[in-house]
Amino acid sequence: MNYESLSFIFLNAVLANNFVLALFLGLCPFLGVSGKLNTAVPMGLATMFVMLVSSVCAYGINIVLVGLDIEFLRLIAYIVVIASAVQLVEMTLKKFSPGLFRALGIFLPLITTNCAILGLALFQTFKEYDFLQSLVYALGAGTGFILAIMLMAGMREKLELSNLPSVTQGAAVSLMLGGLLSLSFMGFAGLGGQ
Amino acid sequence: MRKQDNTITWDTFSEGLWRENPVFAMLLGMCPVLAVTNSAINALAMGVATTFVLLASGVLISLLRRQIPKQVRIATYIVIIATFVTIVDYAIQAISLDLYNALGAFIQLIVVNCMILGRAEAYASKNRPLKAFVNALGMGAGFTFALLCLGVVREVLGAGKLFGVDLFGPQFEPWVVMVLPAGGFIVLGAWLLLFEWFKQRKAQSESDAVVEVR
Repeated sequence: MNYESLSFIFLNAVLANNFVLALFLGLCPFLGVSGKLNTAVPMGLATMFVMLVSSVCAYGINIVLVGLDIEFLRLIAYIVVIASAVQLVEMTLKKFSPGLFRALGIFLPLITTNCAILGLALFQTFKEYDFLQSLVYALGAGTGFILAIMLMAGMREKLELSNLPSVTQGAAVSLMLGGLLSLSFMGFAGLGGQ
Repeated sequence: MRKQDNTITWDTFSEGLWRENPVFAMLLGMCPVLAVTNSAINALAMGVATTFVLLASGVLISLLRRQIPKQVRIATYIVIIATFVTIVDYAIQAISLDLYNALGAFIQLIVVNCMILGRAEAYASKNRPLKAFVNALGMGAGFTFALLCLGVVREVLGAGKLFGVDLFGPQFEPWVVMVLPAGGFIVLGAWLLLFEWFKQRKAQSESDAVVEVR
C-alpha cells in the first residue's frame, strides 16, 4: 500500500473525513455535551487525550496480537485497553490536577463508550498505519472532534436566544444543525482527494 | 432476597417498540443509526446484528447477575458484549462479504453502542433471563424499526431504489445528499419532528378532553 504523508493524514482526519460529521463517530457526546461552549471544550480536549493514549496502546497491542496469531481477540483487547486508559487518565488527573478533574466530572468515564475512540483504533489497524502515522491520525481525529463540538456548541448557544416553534425544541433542531454543519464540511471533500 | 416482579406482560416487550424506543425516544446508539442507514438492506442487517448481540448479552448477563461483583460489573459487561460482537463480526463475514464491506467498522463498533450497555446495566442485571430476553427482543425490534425508518427514506430519496429495486425508472433524478452523511442528520431530525408533533397533538387533545368533562 502506498505511503500516506503525515500532513495528508492530519488534514484528512480534521476536515475531509471529520470523525463526527462525515464518519458519524462520537455522536453521543456531540449531541449530549454540546449545549454550552465551556463544557464542550474540556470534553473535546479530554477525548483527544484519550485518543492519543489509546492509539499508542492499540498500536502496540496489535503487534503482539499479530505476532501471536490471535487477531480474533483484537476487539476485546482494544476495548479493555481503552477502558483502562480512561481509568488511568482519571486517576492521574485526580492526583495531579484536581481542578481539571472536577471540571470534567462525569464526562471522563463516559469517554469509554465514545465510539470515536474505538473507531480510531480500528481504522488505524485497517489502514495499516505505522507508529508515527497512527499518532498523527489520532491528533487529527481529536482536533476534528474539538472543531465539530465547538462549532455545534457555538450555534446552540445562539439558538437559546432565538424563538423556535414548540415542536422543534430538543434534539430535532440539534440534528438539523448537525446536518447543515455536515453539509458545509462536504465542501472540504476535495481536499482529501480520496 | 430482594423481591422481584417476574410477570412478563405485553408491556415488557412493547415498551422498546414505541414508548421507550431506543432511537426516537431515548436517542441511544446514534452512531450506527446514522452511519449505516444509507440503504434499507444495510439498515436491516445492522438492526438484526444489534438485536442478536442485545439478546445474547442480555440473557448471559441476566444468568450471571448474582456472580458478577458489583465493582467490576461495567468491565464484565463490556467483555461479554465484545465477545458476542466478535461472533457476529465473523458470522457476517462468512455469510456475505459484500454486506461486511458495506457495514465496515460499524459491526465492531456495536460494542460501544450505548443502548446495549444501558440495557445490560438497567435491565438485564436486575431481571430474570426470560424477562430480559423478552425485553431485549422488544428493544431490538424497536431499534431495527427505527433503522428501517431512516434507511427506507434515505434510499428512496437518495437513490430512487428500495432494497436495491429501482422504483421510479430512469427519469428519476436522485437526491444524492440524502445518502451522504448530511442526509442522515436531516432525515433523523425530520422523524423526530414528526414524532414530537404527534406527541404534542395527543397532549393537546387530552387536555381538551379534560376541559370538556369539566
